[in-house]
Amino acid sequence: MEIQQLEHVATAVRRDIVRMVNAVNSGHPGGSLGCTDFMVALYFEVMNLKTDDGGQVVFDMDARDEDVFFLSNGHISPLFYSVLARRGYFPISELSTFRKLDSRLQGHPTTAEHLPGVRIASGSLGQGLSVACGAALAKKLNGDPNHVYVLMGDGEQQEGQVWEGAMFAPHHKLGNLTAVIDLNGQQIDGPTSLVMNNRDLGAKYEAFGWHVEHMEGNNMAEVVTKLKESRQDPDVPTLILMHTEMGYGVDYMMGSHKWHGVAPNAEQLVTALNQLPLTAGMSDY
Amino acid sequence: MKKYEYTEKKDTRSGFGAGIYELGKTNPNVVALTADLAGSLKLENFIKDFPDRYIQCGIAEANMIGVSAGLTIGGKIPFATTFANFATGRVYDQIRQSVCYSNKNVKICASHAGLTLGEDGATHQILEDLGMMKMLPNMTVINPCDFNQTKAATLAIAEHDGPVYLRFGRPVVPIFTPADQKFVIGKAWHVNEGTAVSIFATGHLVWEAIKAGEMLAEEGIEADIINIHTIKPLDEEAILESVKKTGCAVSAEEHMLNGGLGDSVAQVLARNLPAPLEMIGVHDTFGESGTPDQLMIKYGLTADKIVEAAKKAMSRK
Repeated sequence: MEIQQLEHVATAVRRDIVRMVNAVNSGHPGGSLGCTDFMVALYFEVMNLKTDDGGQVVFDMDARDEDVFFLSNGHISPLFYSVLARRGYFPISELSTFRKLDSRLQGHPTTAEHLPGVRIASGSLGQGLSVACGAALAKKLNGDPNHVYVLMGDGEQQEGQVWEGAMFAPHHKLGNLTAVIDLNGQQIDGPTSLVMNNRDLGAKYEAFGWHVEHMEGNNMAEVVTKLKESRQDPDVPTLILMHTEMGYGVDYMMGSHKWHGVAPNAEQLVTALNQLPLTAGMSDY
Repeated sequence: MKKYEYTEKKDTRSGFGAGIYELGKTNPNVVALTADLAGSLKLENFIKDFPDRYIQCGIAEANMIGVSAGLTIGGKIPFATTFANFATGRVYDQIRQSVCYSNKNVKICASHAGLTLGEDGATHQILEDLGMMKMLPNMTVINPCDFNQTKAATLAIAEHDGPVYLRFGRPVVPIFTPADQKFVIGKAWHVNEGTAVSIFATGHLVWEAIKAGEMLAEEGIEADIINIHTIKPLDEEAILESVKKTGCAVSAEEHMLNGGLGDSVAQVLARNLPAPLEMIGVHDTFGESGTPDQLMIKYGLTADKIVEAAKKAMSRK
């Protein structure tokens, strides 16, 4: 897909995100908006996904012979659901059920509701990298040349389990794994540097044996290029420090931890949607 | 009354080691993981013959559980092995979210459970693991009683699709179940028939229950002895059928009373067939250093105590 088309999809996804969290007055718009360009690029351009003859994506839990993505920071579920729906895993109309009773779109992603596209529950932080390591190892054991991606938050790096996974991946030569950290510098209680300073995450991962890259996460062209380049070394996993702005695309949300887990009210929603105009051919859910 | 004898003693963890080696030969999807305890978990033969399917995780149990969940995506059947303390309490949230809530086909195989770990003391003697694991939706919980039953259970859980917690131990104990047994998950094993009192025992306490049955028989008391090797799903039918005959029961386990087998039996009886129940287990306390035999005596997990409990249960009828 052309970069401009990807940007159009990203705008539609951002509209979904603010509408979804507004509708239930809960959820996490900040990180969702910041990671939108990354996840759209991944699902619409970068990943090799299983499709039928008509080009429709096909979901099975085993993900054999295709790339696979895990969302470790599960609270940015509005983004994940919107991208999955718009990529064709389930009807876009179902986005209106987000966080409501009896919905497949739980507050945090789960396999319990059998929503196509979701392969692991996430929300309790720090677990996704380990799961991605396991899936990457399974691909190696199966002789499957496809790639595994995982997205984590920068605040999430404070969880000890992350560093157990960080140690495991290079040791087991998981070159088929790309881990991406959403480096927005914010977490619930404030700037990450003040809550618990992660300092130089790149140097840490390098010391653990990863190949480390930086990427401007709100620049679609760069995101596509960097993600494609990350699949080079067969024996060394890649860590991408993705510089993003929390709340990207909605001016009053940008750069502040205050919109980590707060929904816009009706008036704020109108303002947000005005800043995210739909392009021809795209529509809201 | 059926008489049980043994010619050999072995540790139940070696039953697991024999089982996983057998699975290595018969099931190419089985992979074995450990967190720096390959020797203690008796993985040597598996590692020697199937090195590509052996995954050393280092001393990082949380990651091991997550890696196991990920391995199932791609069709692997991971057996994650370590001591029971590090396989449950240390990684409860990882098991809860990445394994049970996600309903992944992960087998958590835990050795050195309970007091019989011995001299290492209470830091390693977990007595709460069955309770934690049985509370988790989707989890199957199994606590076999000897080498042969542990081996059979290891083979059986590979055929079961879903999360399993398999608990075994370190001390050598009599081998009294058949080598060729078919292990059916959730189906209790009727050890001996009787009408005076039911004895529901699990793990290392099954042999003690058999000895207690012999002591009771000498006094003319016929105990109905049932081995509850599967803590969850519990064979409620076997429990109720037995107590219908006997009218009273004893539970026996190497575990905390809170959350253990006795607690599950009490629920079944209270809801369906109220009857006196005496419970043999550890009473809301940590263990300590000592030999396995010394500890089992000090904490009252012996045939003598089962006999006392049986008589007390009968007196309350």
